[in-house]
Amino acid sequence: MLELKNISYSVNDDDGSKEILKNISLELSDDKFYVVTGPNGGGKSTLAKIIAGIVSPTEGKIIFDGKDITDMNVTDRAKAGISFAFQQPVRFKGITVRDLISLAAGSDVTFDKACDYLARVGLCARDYIDREVNASLSGGELKRIEIAMTLARKTKITLFDEPEAGIDLWSFSNLIKEFEKLHTDLHGMILIISHQERIINIADELILIADGELKGKGSREEILPEYEGLTMGCRITASAQ
Amino acid sequence: MDDIQKRLIAEVADLHTVPDGAYTLRANGQSVDMRSSANIIIEKKTDKPGIDIYIKDGTKHESMHMPVIISETGLTEVVYNDFHIGKDCDVTIIAGCGIHNCGDQLSQHDGVHTFDVGERSKVRYVEKHYGEGDGNGERVLNPTTIIHLKKDSLLDMDSVQIKGVDSTLRKSIATIEDGATLVIKEKIMTHGRQHAETDFTVDLNGEGSSSRLISRSVARDKSTQLFRSNINGNNRCHGHSECDGIIMDEGQVGAIPEINANHVDATLIHEAAIGKIAGEQLTKLMSLGLTENEAENMIINGFLK
Repeated sequence: MLELKNISYSVNDDDGSKEILKNISLELSDDKFYVVTGPNGGGKSTLAKIIAGIVSPTEGKIIFDGKDITDMNVTDRAKAGISFAFQQPVRFKGITVRDLISLAAGSDVTFDKACDYLARVGLCARDYIDREVNASLSGGELKRIEIAMTLARKTKITLFDEPEAGIDLWSFSNLIKEFEKLHTDLHGMILIISHQERIINIADELILIADGELKGKGSREEILPEYEGLTMGCRITASAQ
Repeated sequence: MDDIQKRLIAEVADLHTVPDGAYTLRANGQSVDMRSSANIIIEKKTDKPGIDIYIKDGTKHESMHMPVIISETGLTEVVYNDFHIGKDCDVTIIAGCGIHNCGDQLSQHDGVHTFDVGERSKVRYVEKHYGEGDGNGERVLNPTTIIHLKKDSLLDMDSVQIKGVDSTLRKSIATIEDGATLVIKEKIMTHGRQHAETDFTVDLNGEGSSSRLISRSVARDKSTQLFRSNINGNNRCHGHSECDGIIMDEGQVGAIPEINANHVDATLIHEAAIGKIAGEQLTKLMSLGLTENEAENMIINGFLK
């Protein structure tokens, strides 16, 4: 169980203090598949970073399996069982795909094992395993490698920030199957930030975040009309101007 | 040979026993061992310290090791090694210099290597520099490499200095003829108050000639580095230089690139990127379970691999 209790996050810029997240409280079950959705700039990525320990909340507490992890750093949260696939994967000069997958798996991976992880994200290990994770890889290739790392980690909680970005539609159908397989195999929590209808369709529950606030949590039938209401309001405002 | 000398040889040339093939060993200013092979003839110079190495036409898949070690404090030397490489060769040359300075005086080795590479020959040249010892005496290495590449030849040079050299000026001067290619990859890490300078001058004189200079450096503590390159495109040619530097603590790295296109079909590129380790790189590796320190080491080791 992961509990977010009254999480707020604000930043200071030239215009003063800006609230990114406002008093968000959520209870997330160990074995559910969640999709966090909502308009761009609403605070979804910040919420994922707060769970992973990359961003510290200004207020509130995070409880993981009954333990307060609010002050725990990224490393310790990773060791405690939280994985995070970045929206924009990071490039490294000199570090290879094999290095990163071995690190994610916790030990040196054999070619066959690496092949398994890479094939699941649509990459041929022979072509990629010894390549550097540098600018020679395309955004889509990096994204797949980022997802392969989470498959290798096999943690209790896996967070994905917009995994669909940069991946072609045909490959994406296969990736959706991998998210489902990951969920079934690990019996763990999957939390995906996405706008993709096909990902939304496989979620157990949707979480709607807009303007830094939790607007709803529940089934597709409950949440999607609310989301549409949010965007409809915007359209009405635009047409009235 | 004592244990210190054996360790230095292992560091700079990965040698634990005397290798097969042509071999020279220079220790504390003296030539200790020298052995030619059927195709690689080594001769001691008579007018100055150093050797001439003659590699016969058509010599393939042969290698030569030539480590230099200094374990006496206060020893300074300039050594001239000239490689005369025939046509159609394919050879590997492994050089390196290790200094162990436990005393208070300067120990310095300035190696001047010239490579005259024959038509269509391929040469791989590996050079590793290493220093150790807890005395106050400085450990200084100033290698100069003068390269002349004849038609359609290739020199692929790897130069590594990871540890223990207080001051170094690494100079490479090359002239390149038609269709010939020069590749130089250097990796440098400096600590403490060390200073390292790199100075490349390349004249791409031949039609279809090319050069790639790749420098990756890490400056830690209060160490300083300077990368200078000057590529002159004097014909239809392609020249590329790349300087990537990571600065840590109070380290400083400067890059002064100069490219001169003196021919309308010369294509010359310089890229330089210097900065600290990107925060997102550390975060990614920490999100895979490494501590900040472990993440930093993995990034540096990969960068200098």
